[in-house]
Amino acid sequence: MANSQHTAPLTPIAARVKALEAILTEKRLVDPAALDVLIDTYETKVGPRNGARVVARAWVDPAFKARLMSDGAEAVAEFGYQGRQTEDLVVVENTPKVHNLVVCTLCSCYPWGVLGLPPVWYKSAPYRSRAVMDPRGVLREFGVEVGPEVEVRVWDSTAEVRYLVLPERPAGSEAMSEEELAGLVTRDAMIGVAKVTLPQR
Amino acid sequence: MNGIHDMGGMHGMGPVAAEPNEPVFHAPWEARVLALTLAMGFHGRWNIDRGRYFRENRHPLDYLSSSYYEIWLKGLEALSVDAGFVQADELAAGRSLVPPPNDSPSALGPTESLAIVKEGSTYRRPQTSPPRFKVGDAVRVREMTVIGHTRAPRYCRRRRGVVQEVRGIFVFPDTNAALAGEKPQPLYSVRFEGIELWGAAVGPRDAVYIDLWDDYLEAAT
Repeated sequence: MANSQHTAPLTPIAARVKALEAILTEKRLVDPAALDVLIDTYETKVGPRNGARVVARAWVDPAFKARLMSDGAEAVAEFGYQGRQTEDLVVVENTPKVHNLVVCTLCSCYPWGVLGLPPVWYKSAPYRSRAVMDPRGVLREFGVEVGPEVEVRVWDSTAEVRYLVLPERPAGSEAMSEEELAGLVTRDAMIGVAKVTLPQR
Repeated sequence: MNGIHDMGGMHGMGPVAAEPNEPVFHAPWEARVLALTLAMGFHGRWNIDRGRYFRENRHPLDYLSSSYYEIWLKGLEALSVDAGFVQADELAAGRSLVPPPNDSPSALGPTESLAIVKEGSTYRRPQTSPPRFKVGDAVRVREMTVIGHTRAPRYCRRRRGVVQEVRGIFVFPDTNAALAGEKPQPLYSVRFEGIELWGAAVGPRDAVYIDLWDDYLEAAT
């Protein structure tokens, strides 16, 4: 019995959600089968692998990068990554002189189409309160030290414009294929709290 | 509203705790809340700004002690009651007690739901007149006390910045959240120097870029 999830009592919050779903289903306001496909979409299909492919393409294809920088939403639609919470996408590029960091201080705005749903820390009070005021301190907690010669730009997502960081391509990756490069790009690097590095040899 | 959700620049929240290999959802009910919120939004009885307002308009103790998807659940319950989809006593009873009203919309199926998500819903609107400010203009965020929803964070009010981009014409959240009309207007990307916002506490060259609507801004020198 201890190993059976089906007989375990629901937590109060899970019971409350189940009750709401039952009420809305009984009133024919939601279709549980539609809920299932929506969950599957964001749990298994839309995620940071999307954004990683976009970044890798931008690194190897200057024409694509130009399109991406001028209209992010149009450019990621070439991959089929358009849609909810990516209707307007601005891509900000990290360089040796500028480091970009994305936050939503008011809630949790995040480019779902290219990164999926945001991690808990992105939505948390510590990140939302400090990213705009102490970006270098926050970056240090993620293990990123930004030199004094580098300007840190924090993007507070207050409107329906979503932001994606184009990280710097790591030195030594010149011979790698687009697919290999995509494998290096992490979600955190596309939020701006990490750099892209080569795997340890 | 000057609510607890408006967190930029607060102290005391502690370090950022990232979870290695974090799952998309931490429990099945979180996934159901996300999907229920999306599916109920499809009916068009509220909009994204009203949804945000119903999530943020909570007692600070409740907001801070609720997990993210708990806030979404409480917001969806309140929206559903507000829109007349559900009665408060039905939430208390945990089951449907009355049939839906005759004008009640019908649930969308899986295919239609996915199509809506893929299509997205833009809040961009056509431009009808030239924007008041242009790139390079100095602006100041107005002093404001907004009772309802607003997307002008407290930390930038009365601060001076420079327009970096004109994003286009977008629905105005303050009126949209109140179901008082879209009031479309220019949206600007405004750069604020860190020192203007926080004094010497931040790097001298660091800056914050905030997307701000025309109504939030006045000309500065």
